[in-house]
Amino acid sequence: MTTETVSPLISLTGIQKVFGAVQALSGVDLNIHTGECLGLVGHNGAGKSTLMNILAGTLEASGGSLSIAGRDLGQGYAVQDAGRLGIRCVFQEGSLCPNLSVAENTRIIHPVLKGFGWRPRAAAVIMEQLDLIFPGHGVSAFDIVGDLSISKRQMVEIARAFTVTDTGIRLVILDEPTSSLDARVAEQLLDYVGRVAGEGISVILISHLLGEILQVSNKIAVMKDGRVVAFRDASGFDRSSLVEAMGSTVVAGVAPRRDAEHRKTVSEERIHMRPPEQPDDQSVRAQAGEVVGFAGLAGQGQTEALLQIFDGHGVLPSGAQDAGCCFIAGDRQVDGVLPLWSIRKNIGISSLKRLLLGMLIQNGKERELADAWKERIGIRAPDVEAPILSLSGGNQQKVLFARALGSAADIVLMDDPMRGVDIGTKNEVYAIIRQEASQGRTFLWYTTEMEELDYCDRVYVFRDGVISETLSGSDITEENVLKASFKQVSGAA
Amino acid sequence: MKQLEMFMRQHPWSWSFLAAFLTWAVTAAYISGTGGLALASTALSFSTFFVMVGIGQMFVITLGPGNVDLSIPSTITLSAVVSMMVMDGTNAMILPGILAAVGVGVLVGLFNYGLIRVLTIPPIIATMSSSFLVQSSAIALGRGVKIKPPAALEWISTAKMLGVPVLSLLVIAFAIVMAVLLNRTVYGRSVTAFGQNTRAARLAGVPIERIRYLTYTLSAVLAAVCGVFLAGFSGGSSLNMGEEYLLASIAVVVIGGSSIAGGNSNVPGIFGSALFLFLLVAMLNTFGAAAGLRLILTGLIIVGVVTFAGGRKESR
Repeated sequence: MTTETVSPLISLTGIQKVFGAVQALSGVDLNIHTGECLGLVGHNGAGKSTLMNILAGTLEASGGSLSIAGRDLGQGYAVQDAGRLGIRCVFQEGSLCPNLSVAENTRIIHPVLKGFGWRPRAAAVIMEQLDLIFPGHGVSAFDIVGDLSISKRQMVEIARAFTVTDTGIRLVILDEPTSSLDARVAEQLLDYVGRVAGEGISVILISHLLGEILQVSNKIAVMKDGRVVAFRDASGFDRSSLVEAMGSTVVAGVAPRRDAEHRKTVSEERIHMRPPEQPDDQSVRAQAGEVVGFAGLAGQGQTEALLQIFDGHGVLPSGAQDAGCCFIAGDRQVDGVLPLWSIRKNIGISSLKRLLLGMLIQNGKERELADAWKERIGIRAPDVEAPILSLSGGNQQKVLFARALGSAADIVLMDDPMRGVDIGTKNEVYAIIRQEASQGRTFLWYTTEMEELDYCDRVYVFRDGVISETLSGSDITEENVLKASFKQVSGAA
Repeated sequence: MKQLEMFMRQHPWSWSFLAAFLTWAVTAAYISGTGGLALASTALSFSTFFVMVGIGQMFVITLGPGNVDLSIPSTITLSAVVSMMVMDGTNAMILPGILAAVGVGVLVGLFNYGLIRVLTIPPIIATMSSSFLVQSSAIALGRGVKIKPPAALEWISTAKMLGVPVLSLLVIAFAIVMAVLLNRTVYGRSVTAFGQNTRAARLAGVPIERIRYLTYTLSAVLAAVCGVFLAGFSGGSSLNMGEEYLLASIAVVVIGGSSIAGGNSNVPGIFGSALFLFLLVAMLNTFGAAAGLRLILTGLIIVGVVTFAGGRKESR
């Protein structure tokens, strides 16, 4: 229905985006034609959401050019411009105001609905669209969004993106739209996406469900490490070639997996935790000296499992001694850093009991501890008395590693802690993890980076809050992890 | 001069002492003669009570946004009523009376914490509602009868050595202990971590619920002990004796350079600002300001100090 000779609706050329030291996008080229449905796939952190945010005007590109309908949009392109040009976005996190009704939420993106009686008019607009996309949806225009179930909220969010008042729609971006819809409703949506294409509206569909992508897309783009690595007609892909395109094309350096010989010397079981909703008999088990990985798509319950273990759920008496668990945050500003303190106090907080003389904390001993770890993990700071906020993000993360590893805890829980950490630091930390494990510590390591699973003795792949697969030894391959990430676990919602 | 400025920048509490000194100097110059020394002595006496409740309030405020203990005034009143009834004017019953007051404090702290924890009520609402209950208990128990304090209690609350109030010496010693508690103990570190980022503190192994419980209890116990000495100081308990300590307990914390956002507090500033608050009122009285004007000026000066202190801290 489209031909390459027609000039594209949207053209992205050499788009770059840098967050601090992290290159999120390194030169993305992508064209979208009118009436086309583009499927966009890739791992977490591949840059899909960043690219869509640039297109929707919520982030500004660090480099490259963006043109829509032949108009070149340079610096200063913002959300309002996107709205005027007819670009709508359904974000993963949801953007409805929970305290407002469905109709009032609709009004937010339609300033033209004003004056006397705007509520009924807004209600008519949204209800018409809901009926069109999701017949039998069961939503009323005057329901308060916060009272709706997550799937109804998602339906309202999607329907709102397709509503038209004064400006027409050219492009709708759907970021994981079916993540909280059941199969029947998801089918209604995919069906609708196929129909609007015929009306000249383009759609970008991001999904981890490869079946959906293959079903509705005309074209598919695969992203990896901030680039588009494959971009062609959907007919040129099947499920396995998509998985292959998403995975690492180069074989990473030989896996630093520790051999079985090491493991047979340990026997003391420390953790035995079964996720509450687990339908079968799989459970998380970890012994002294083991490194156990949690994998799967982001937000499938890995962090929750770590927090449950942190709260003592599933920790066997042999692992709980007195020090228990320590936790290394990935979201360091929310879960880790104590912002008003020095590096020394940030490191010492988990070891205070060992620093006491009588009832008093010995600052000198705390300083020794901090200095020792500053040296060992390479925190780049003039002095441990410097405020933690004077450090770069990666170095703040090292302080959090030092806090946990410097404590007496036998069990170390890591919540994808390498986000925003540069490769050199990563290798230093990997070495320390191996060393500490060989001295009998247990590591539970949630990671979204495939290569890090190579350091694990065993990997639990999570899906919908439960373990979908347990992989160990040579079965820990990217292919197996990906397969398990998309597997539907029977009995789970 | 340069060094002094550096010192004051690094120690936010020093501002409150400077303010107290300037206020005293202006007033002393106005009244001339030996009145200045008498004024300083009186200021020490009265500020003692502000310091006692201020330290408890400081620990609570250190826990972070939303944490404030509004039940301090009613706890002062109830503990004064209970302890005066137990003592019944006899020196022999002073110790049991003080223990009863501490018991009142522990109960109020437990009740506040229970409301916050079990019913998940925001602390400001929880302590406000419990203050009504506590105040009503005081009214029911005391029935407005003023019982005179035992002679020994009255003596220790009002006695002076070379013009220096004995009670203020005790409170200075106590404040030093509290400063050590804040800065050098596991409890103090935990409170400070709690106020910076509660979630991070929890994940770093701080037992946050225990810390919260201990802190609200500490605040209530200090208010209760303050009530006993205040009754000794003012010749018995009265039902409105805690009134002025609601805003004062918060003001001394904030003017003293502790962060109202939590996680960063100090003890010395409470002393300086307690002196300042009393001297400010004394100065305005000396100048013959009417009660209304005095309140307006007090309010404006507090706003000014907090704005000034807050702005300065951000630029650090």
